[in-house]
Amino acid sequence: MDTFINDRQNQILTKGKDDATIACGKASVAGSVSQRACVFCGSRVVLYPIADALHLIHGPVGCAAYTWDIRGALSSGPQIHRLSFTTDLKEKEVVFGGEERLYKALISLIETYKPKGAFVYATCIVGVIGDDVEAVCRRVTRETGIDVIPVMSEGFNGTKKDGYKIACGALSKLIGTDTTYQAPEHSINILGDFNLAGELWMLAEYYKKMGVNLVGAMTGDGRVDDIRKAHTAKLNVVQCSGSMIGLAKEMKEKYGIPFMKVSYFGIEDMSDALYEVAKFFKSDEMMEKARKLVTEEISKLLPQLAQYREKLEGKKAAIYVGGAFKAISLVKALRLLGMKTVVVGSQTGNSDDYNLLKDMCDDGTIICDDSNPNELSEFVKQTGADLFIGGVKERPIAYKLGLGFCDHNHERKEALAGYEGMLNFAKEVYASVCSPVWQFMK
Amino acid sequence: MFENAPIIKSTKEFTATRNACKLCAPLGASVAFKGIRGCVPIIHGSQGCATYIRRYLISHFKEPVDIASSNFTEEATVFGGGANCDRAITNVISQYKPEVVALTTTCLSETIGDDVKMYVHDYKRNSELKDLPAFVTASTPSYQGSHMDGFHEAVGAAIKAFAKGGEKGTHLNIFPGFVSTEDLRQLKYLLKDYGIEFVMLPDYSETLDNPIWESYKRIPEGGTPVSAIETCGSAAASVEFGTILNSGALSGRVKNTRLSATGAEYLQNEFGVKNYRMPLPIGVKNTDRFYKALAEISGKEMPARYKGERGRLIDSYADGHKYIFGKKAVVYGEEDFVVAMTTFLDEIGVDVILAATGGESGRLADQIKANCPERGEQILAKNMFDYEKIKEWCQENKPDLLVGNSKAYYIARELEVPIVRCGFPIHDRIGGQRIKHLGYAGTQELFDQVVNAMIQYKQDHSPVGYKYM
Repeated sequence: MDTFINDRQNQILTKGKDDATIACGKASVAGSVSQRACVFCGSRVVLYPIADALHLIHGPVGCAAYTWDIRGALSSGPQIHRLSFTTDLKEKEVVFGGEERLYKALISLIETYKPKGAFVYATCIVGVIGDDVEAVCRRVTRETGIDVIPVMSEGFNGTKKDGYKIACGALSKLIGTDTTYQAPEHSINILGDFNLAGELWMLAEYYKKMGVNLVGAMTGDGRVDDIRKAHTAKLNVVQCSGSMIGLAKEMKEKYGIPFMKVSYFGIEDMSDALYEVAKFFKSDEMMEKARKLVTEEISKLLPQLAQYREKLEGKKAAIYVGGAFKAISLVKALRLLGMKTVVVGSQTGNSDDYNLLKDMCDDGTIICDDSNPNELSEFVKQTGADLFIGGVKERPIAYKLGLGFCDHNHERKEALAGYEGMLNFAKEVYASVCSPVWQFMK
Repeated sequence: MFENAPIIKSTKEFTATRNACKLCAPLGASVAFKGIRGCVPIIHGSQGCATYIRRYLISHFKEPVDIASSNFTEEATVFGGGANCDRAITNVISQYKPEVVALTTTCLSETIGDDVKMYVHDYKRNSELKDLPAFVTASTPSYQGSHMDGFHEAVGAAIKAFAKGGEKGTHLNIFPGFVSTEDLRQLKYLLKDYGIEFVMLPDYSETLDNPIWESYKRIPEGGTPVSAIETCGSAAASVEFGTILNSGALSGRVKNTRLSATGAEYLQNEFGVKNYRMPLPIGVKNTDRFYKALAEISGKEMPARYKGERGRLIDSYADGHKYIFGKKAVVYGEEDFVVAMTTFLDEIGVDVILAATGGESGRLADQIKANCPERGEQILAKNMFDYEKIKEWCQENKPDLLVGNSKAYYIARELEVPIVRCGFPIHDRIGGQRIKHLGYAGTQELFDQVVNAMIQYKQDHSPVGYKYM
């Protein structure tokens, strides 16, 4: 381990060997090649799926160019979110200020694209040159009648996780602004699902079958006007707790809406997510419908999974994803396929999640926070993993070392949530781990 | 199910850039620095800059691309990034044991006035390490120019940092610009076949396109060693691809002074190394120019193999000309790439109706006129265009074909016309890094693709579907 960064030692532990709790929630060490991005990235990924809003990035060109259409977050209607708008600041604005440019950009874009709302993301440089983004947003709101919400997400101002909070703050400005809507009984908001590859539609369908109504989805297939109504729901169901738990807590305080943490990955967690909602509404009828749905889905799914399990039994997996909560579900989902997790880590996990992971995993499993390519490549080698689950930045590490890979990041185009998703997951893992191409790389 | 975007007149002015047809300067600098042996780039700015750039490059090259960040915090932003810069250098050295540490700046570090050169100077003076790596720094604020300005700035910085004078040698410097890894390999084979000793900068042909590894390599093999860059000052000549490079009058500059010289310019000014500057060798005419320069520099004739390639290329021009004559194409991407590609399409009878770039040099139109004798006057050349402007223009002017990187796929899809993918980035296909563009062989592949795209279009839309052309 001597060639890793010393400052990071307390962010890595091996179960059964190290007793300490993992350190997390820290800023990345300078000079490490962290897989994390920045505050702006955190805000951008959370708000991105709101499809009828204008997303304008106030800064030089890079931040917008690198986030153009990068999420697999689908919209059932408007597609404005897939366009990348930026004020494309130049030296002139850096010296003399960019407020005028921001104002003009907003006016002409709103006039043309007629969005239902607008988010203005402040990038690093805006925080330094001192543009009063909030004042410009207020002015444009006044003049156009559209809510223009500043997202003060200067990249240097914390970690990606802080960006989540800022995004939640922006959502919270919209929530509660529709004062006429009455939600039906048994209504929920889904928080922290981003409708990657249409996953939200699948989940909404499950809940609908149980008699549960969806008020607002934050932010998958999101609409500004639905978010305005979100305060009327009876329950917040929160996935990807890293990004959305703050908002759920705030809504509980402000509007008295209770929340529950769920996950939609794997059979166990998916089924629990349905049962828990039925339990919350204390409806026997709903519980009965949930049981029926789960039974039907599982009886369809299990026979299909068996063939994959047979091939994958005993294989080892490494997981490195954005949030540790998702990693917990993945460990369980892999077990369903007969696979063992030997490395598990995340960019932004919290200590509760890491403790749970430590409890779940077998001795010898390496658990890491805010890791980097040097560490990850070493860990998969040490543990003899056959599969890596991660995102775009982890993919070449896996392939270079001759490992299978499953993309579980926000760019993926395969639905992996729900029962259907579990089958897709099994297929994808099987297709990669059991491909004959690895014979040439051993 | 999906709603289409509103139809917008191409004449409508937006202050905002919509789907930028350019990237920021630190990306270009990072690519160039990846072409130096044993080099680890550090982006001096927020964590996101390095991560986004890595993700963007990985999606094209399908390779690990390690770029470190000095990871600015609020404290660094207020009090200066010196401490972060130091820590980043120390951690990169301890983890990677690099031969070279290359620092590139960002909008953030430039705006707060960080003096990275001074940080490096102090670091070297204060360090207790015995074998320090070599250092090079490039000033690449993202509010200045595009990724190509960053690329050429970095190449220039490496030359300035390492090149030495000395007794004139017979070797050649070659500055290929931002081309594919396959292009770089082809150039190296070619110069070898010619029997010319050369230094190529940058050379990321291996570092960004590795074979499979037995064990993980923190720094991939390959790249131009610093010892080779040192000899650039004593070379017989330089060949530099690209005629716009970073020479533009960048828009939005407070004082319209020029950016730094390119590597080849600096060598010419400083050490009197003659620079042969020419467009990227795409197409017969551009490639002929390159071979002519090689013959002049080396005094050797073109090897038979390349005479054969040239002959077969021209033979294929005859075979394919009818299918493409008068077809309307839109070419887009980096400026020098657009100039070369437009020149090639011009010489085979394709009507380029729009040549567009997000680049800001203001020189695209001149260069296209100078290089496209057939239709240069009629080609609409646009600097500072973005993809939405290209789309709106295409909706009104109905091209038959798009030629450029994968980012305009959505336009081709909407117009239901073919797209020939080339240049950077190719994010929706594998093999983008292996596309051959340069020389007779590269042109051959592009020519076949362009012709076949038109043939396939006709075939797909024919009620008969002939099995012969």
